[in-house]
Amino acid sequence: MLKITDLHAEVDGKPILKGLNLEVGSGEVHAIMGPNGSGKSTLCQVLAGRDGYQVTSGSVSFEGQDLLAMAPEIRAREGLLLAFQYPVEIPGVKNVYLLKAAYNAQREHRGEPEVDAFEFLQLLRERTRIMKMDESFLHRGVNEGFSGGEKKRNEILQMLVLEPKLALLDETDSGLDIDALKVVSEGVNTLRGEDRSVVLVTHYQRLLDHIVPDFVHVLSDGRIIKSGDKSLALELEANGYQNVVEAA
Amino acid sequence: MATSQSEVEKLVHREYKHGFVTDIEQETLPPGLDEGVIRTISAFKGEPEFMREWRLSAFRHWQTMSEPSWAHVSYPPLDFQSISYYSAPKTREQIEAEAPKSLDEVDPKLLETYDKLGIPLHERARLAGVAVDAVFDSVSVATTYKDKLSEHGIIFCSFSEAVREHPELVRKYLGTVVPPGDNFYASLNSAVFSDGSFVFVPKGVRCPMELSTYFRINASNTGQFERTLIVAEEGAYVSYLEGCTAPMRDENQLHAAVVELVALEGAEIKYSTVQNWYPGDEEGRGGIYNFVTKRGECRGDNSKIAWTQVEAGSAITWKYPSCVLKGDNSVGEFYSVAVGNNCQQIDSGTKMIHIGRNTRSTIISKGISAGRANNAYRGLVKVLPTAKGARNYTQCDSLLMGDQCGAHTYPYIEVREPSAQVEHEATTSKIGDDQIFYLLQRGLSEEDAVNMIVSGFCKEVFSELPMEFAVEAQALLAVTLEGAVG
Ligand SMILES: Nc1ncnc2c1ncn2[C@@H]1O[C@H](COP(=O)(O)OP(=O)(O)O)[C@@H](O)[C@H]1O
Ligand SMILES: [Mg+2]
Repeated sequence: MLKITDLHAEVDGKPILKGLNLEVGSGEVHAIMGPNGSGKSTLCQVLAGRDGYQVTSGSVSFEGQDLLAMAPEIRAREGLLLAFQYPVEIPGVKNVYLLKAAYNAQREHRGEPEVDAFEFLQLLRERTRIMKMDESFLHRGVNEGFSGGEKKRNEILQMLVLEPKLALLDETDSGLDIDALKVVSEGVNTLRGEDRSVVLVTHYQRLLDHIVPDFVHVLSDGRIIKSGDKSLALELEANGYQNVVEAA
Repeated sequence: MATSQSEVEKLVHREYKHGFVTDIEQETLPPGLDEGVIRTISAFKGEPEFMREWRLSAFRHWQTMSEPSWAHVSYPPLDFQSISYYSAPKTREQIEAEAPKSLDEVDPKLLETYDKLGIPLHERARLAGVAVDAVFDSVSVATTYKDKLSEHGIIFCSFSEAVREHPELVRKYLGTVVPPGDNFYASLNSAVFSDGSFVFVPKGVRCPMELSTYFRINASNTGQFERTLIVAEEGAYVSYLEGCTAPMRDENQLHAAVVELVALEGAEIKYSTVQNWYPGDEEGRGGIYNFVTKRGECRGDNSKIAWTQVEAGSAITWKYPSCVLKGDNSVGEFYSVAVGNNCQQIDSGTKMIHIGRNTRSTIISKGISAGRANNAYRGLVKVLPTAKGARNYTQCDSLLMGDQCGAHTYPYIEVREPSAQVEHEATTSKIGDDQIFYLLQRGLSEEDAVNMIVSGFCKEVFSELPMEFAVEAQALLAVTLEGAVG
């Protein structure tokens, strides 16, 4: 699915990723943990193709293709979705309108006709229910006036509608209350499947109680310094990052 | 009432000494403006004496005035003697002889634009000037509408026709909202206006259709000095839409239109504009100067006037659709999207004059600037001592694309009644990289991303437009801003 090899990237001339390696297989869920400022969001932005995040060396292949050579919108249409740590507001643009445009952009990319409006509405209603969101959210401006938790739910709703092959969730659990955490986890688990993979960036073990990862990695100073199974998360929760960082 | 043929000839011949055209068949007067020209225009149109005198007095007044210079626009001085002030309306035969015979003969670039604008297929031929009857029988459709309207006692006709057929109504209302001496361009218009529209909705009648429908089918070249008068009697309602999203070219650089609206007690007038005159090339060469005076008077109690405008074209726009709120409890509204790209200059806004008690006004202005465009909002809210309990809410948002464009806000607030509440909110923002990236990340192209953000920004105004136009207006913004980002 995804293979990152010796990735180096900088922002404003400042090196952030310093030789990162990571391989994510089909159907796998990987959790990435690590101290603040270690480069987790930067990794997500680089993978999504954000301007200003300069890759200086290394390679990334996504489903056998050179991901770094693709424009950001092509990466999205090819099935890479980033649930942002801080989703922006787009005032006046209805959620449903964005969802439909995004859905159709993907279909067009695959050479499929535009979705039937009625069918799409059915799909939206179903996914909205999974996220325990009121349908009125569909008709509000994208993230406009949403609470922190509502924004995160909205990211996962988009994920459920777009059904990406690879979902990158950047601290989607931060700022969620326990009920919302459950709902978001349920959303992610709904998506899990043989040909879909998820990379979760999180600080908290509690998310991993709900979404059980196949692998856990520790990112520190732009590199993955330790990898393990779900027990690594428990260890980090108990002892903090410091020990791992020092041992590395 | 109509001037007799011999009188026309007499007048026309009298002008001969000035070197003007005597042949009534001639289509266009040579450039220049004096009283003789005005008499000639009036005679060509077969106008009654009161109309001619009205034009003349406006002209005399105009000669004492000078061009306004306060707007945030700049352009080389205009030479009013180099303009030709009359072109005879072309006959059906002339139009057909000159027109392309089918869409195959039309510039493919223009057709591409129609496509982008989502203009319905059956309208493209008409807009492109294809001999209309070949594809669409506009005359019979127009006649059907006209019959339907007249069943309700509604008059909807060209201004010239109104002067001839309903002189008493024209005389009663013309110039009562925008007096002939109002401002430089309004005076010029009053002296030389070419044609325009006249609408009269009698007491208690709700106009059964959006007048745009008719207008769009019947839109004709009304020339550079357009004059419109709309009167809604007690309890009447009418919604009128002028212009269209299709790009409009015109060899006349100066356009100075006047629109007057009169709402009597309990009446409501909605006036929507989509303006897409040729803006000039990327360097600002060519392009229409659009110097317009639009004003509505809520003359009766509980009346309402709402202006909605989407201003996308023209090299220079100078336009302040206003409401004079005379009647108690009357309501004035102004919803505007003004978008400028390349070298376009826009100085636009509104005036809300509160005179009656408990009068209310709302101003929502959305300015979008891209390229090297300059976009100024200029608005006046004036509350006179008689306007007890008056309220105004103004929201004025600017969106900048790129760093070479400008947005300016000039709010003037004059409140002379302590019980009045006036609220003003203004924001200036740039299209955020983070917003664009968010949408790219959802698979949208950059162009679609920008359009989506801009449409969202304008939503409150678009939602005031008649449905079918809201969609086109959105597409129009997209076309106007093409290449503005990236
Ligand atoms: N736009 C930027 N300009 C300069 N430095 C940045 C920018 N974005 C992130 N950084 C820096 O890069 C480092 C990694 O940030 P980030 O990837 O957000 O960390 P994390 O998500 O792991 O907390 C931090 O030191 C942060 O300050
Ligand atoms: Mg982060």
